Amino acid sequence: MLGYITRRLLGVIPVLLMVSLIVFMLMHAAPGDPVSMLISDEASPEDRARVAAAWGLDQPVWVQYLNFLQNAVMLDFGDSFRYQQPVIDLVLERLPASLELALYATLMAVIVGIPLGIWAAARPNSIVDTLASFGGFFGISMPNFWLGIMLILIFAGQLNLLPSGGRMSWGDEIPRLTGFLTVDAVLQGRWGELRLAFVHLLLPTVVLGTAMTGIIMQLTRASMLENLAEDYVMTARAKGVRARTILWLHAFRNALVSVITIIGLEFGALLSGAIIVETIFSWPGIGQLLIQGIGARDFPLITGLVIIYTALFVLLNLLIDVLYTIVDPRIRMR
Amino acid sequence: MNAETLSFDERFGYLLQPKALFGLMMLALLVAAGLFAPWLAPFDPQHQNLMMALTPPQPAGPHLLGTDHVGRDLLSRIIYGARVSLLIAIAVVGFSGIVGVVLGVVSGYFGRWVDSVIQKILEVFWAFPPLLLAIAIVAFLGQGLAIVILALASQRWIPYCRLARAETMTLREREFVVAARSLGAGHIRLLRRHILPNVLPSTIVVATFAMATAIISEAALSFLGLGVPPAIPTWGGMLADARSYISTSWWMALFPGLCIFVTVLGINLLGDVLRARFDPKMKSH
Repeated sequence: MLGYITRRLLGVIPVLLMVSLIVFMLMHAAPGDPVSMLISDEASPEDRARVAAAWGLDQPVWVQYLNFLQNAVMLDFGDSFRYQQPVIDLVLERLPASLELALYATLMAVIVGIPLGIWAAARPNSIVDTLASFGGFFGISMPNFWLGIMLILIFAGQLNLLPSGGRMSWGDEIPRLTGFLTVDAVLQGRWGELRLAFVHLLLPTVVLGTAMTGIIMQLTRASMLENLAEDYVMTARAKGVRARTILWLHAFRNALVSVITIIGLEFGALLSGAIIVETIFSWPGIGQLLIQGIGARDFPLITGLVIIYTALFVLLNLLIDVLYTIVDPRIRMR
Repeated sequence: MNAETLSFDERFGYLLQPKALFGLMMLALLVAAGLFAPWLAPFDPQHQNLMMALTPPQPAGPHLLGTDHVGRDLLSRIIYGARVSLLIAIAVVGFSGIVGVVLGVVSGYFGRWVDSVIQKILEVFWAFPPLLLAIAIVAFLGQGLAIVILALASQRWIPYCRLARAETMTLREREFVVAARSLGAGHIRLLRRHILPNVLPSTIVVATFAMATAIISEAALSFLGLGVPPAIPTWGGMLADARSYISTSWWMALFPGLCIFVTVLGINLLGDVLRARFDPKMKSH
């Protein structure tokens, strides 16, 4: 097991190296002189040369890449032009907001998607069954930016029930411990703020989680149907095991393997889906930070975020693979 | 069986089920709107008329779906928006298809180090979360039709490549290929005459799903302000405009989004029907 994990971890290194090279090449191919982004247009040639030297921009391209790589390994992506702060600090400050949203969206998808998928498999040709078999198509076809706007229109605009954006109302902020607002509120016993945090979480969670819910529902249904057709289920039936026990204890346990894989894969997709959801709901996470950074042509920030996003995605997929082998030991040997 | 001896029903009957019909209809609407926009649109999509700004839908006309914040006719802009969606979808599907199939066939045919190099490249591009690489490409290289197409194709070639590689690896061992090789056919001739024609039909399923993904991703980029230049009407761009008028003008958000949703849903359902037809193994999921 440990050998397997080490092997996989080592395999990640060349991939991340190439990722950093692609991002560096894109940055280098960007139109415009990088020095002019660091200094005002009226600066003298001497000043420009000094700035270029300070940022290493007078070096050959490959030296620039090696410097970039060396810093990136230390998680040093330089200072954001816009915020005048190290990129990594900005990211760490905003990461909990993104993770909290993604976790609640995943939770929703699991709590709603799995039972509906099982229900659908247990009652073929019912309404739930039809719903579940189309759920995945609905999920991949529904643009989350449209769903978000329409939900804001209905629940924030017309009904005035929920806030249209943000993580917490102004003036209601609580001291930061973990950065996860719902956790912080519980730790400090601030129940009013906990309610507010959930009220703000509701719409973005639904928007971010809808696609995943549909996909999980469809997959759970399909893999339950597959397992219910297996011989071991027939044996259990013949022995007189109760239908509910067969459904949950026998078929579901085996269907769980493929469901876990899809949860992992989709959690990664949620991270980038959140870029759009955070923008719509003014959610102060790293997705919003990225879009604001692009608007301001804040290259250190964009570069850092793209690399951090990708590294998170790669490591998450690795984690899922490891979990997968724990749930189903047959895979480990391959 | 010879294609001549099959009846119409046997060859195309599977396209008559509701899922496929819906998908074909959506595709036909998209193509028609894209090709004939100047004749179909009741108004000039760029014509501003501040006197008529934010007019609600008028079922009796002239502004059937209402107008936007500067008084442009929504229906006309939606029809013109189909042009961008169609153009970008075709370009992305074609471009990523050519790159993916060529790399996949070469990878599967030559094997060894050629295969490992191409698979390593694939792995690196697949490492980026969905849409992030596209966002990064537009963010660094700037907006423009060609850049958006490149950005969206940057990950779409991967499914083609995987499929073409797998197909090629099985074809390589088939009798007719082995026979042609033993008769002295060179690599180029084998690839062009025997491998490629047999790989291409199976890519239609991948192409259909790629088209749906391209349409929705283009809309997402335009929505984020990272798509084609803002002067061109796009469905995603219209939704971005609608954000500022959410509380007053629901029609600005409803109609363009609905268009994206039904178009993409239709193409995805069509893709599922094609998958069941061309790849029975993958039917269940």
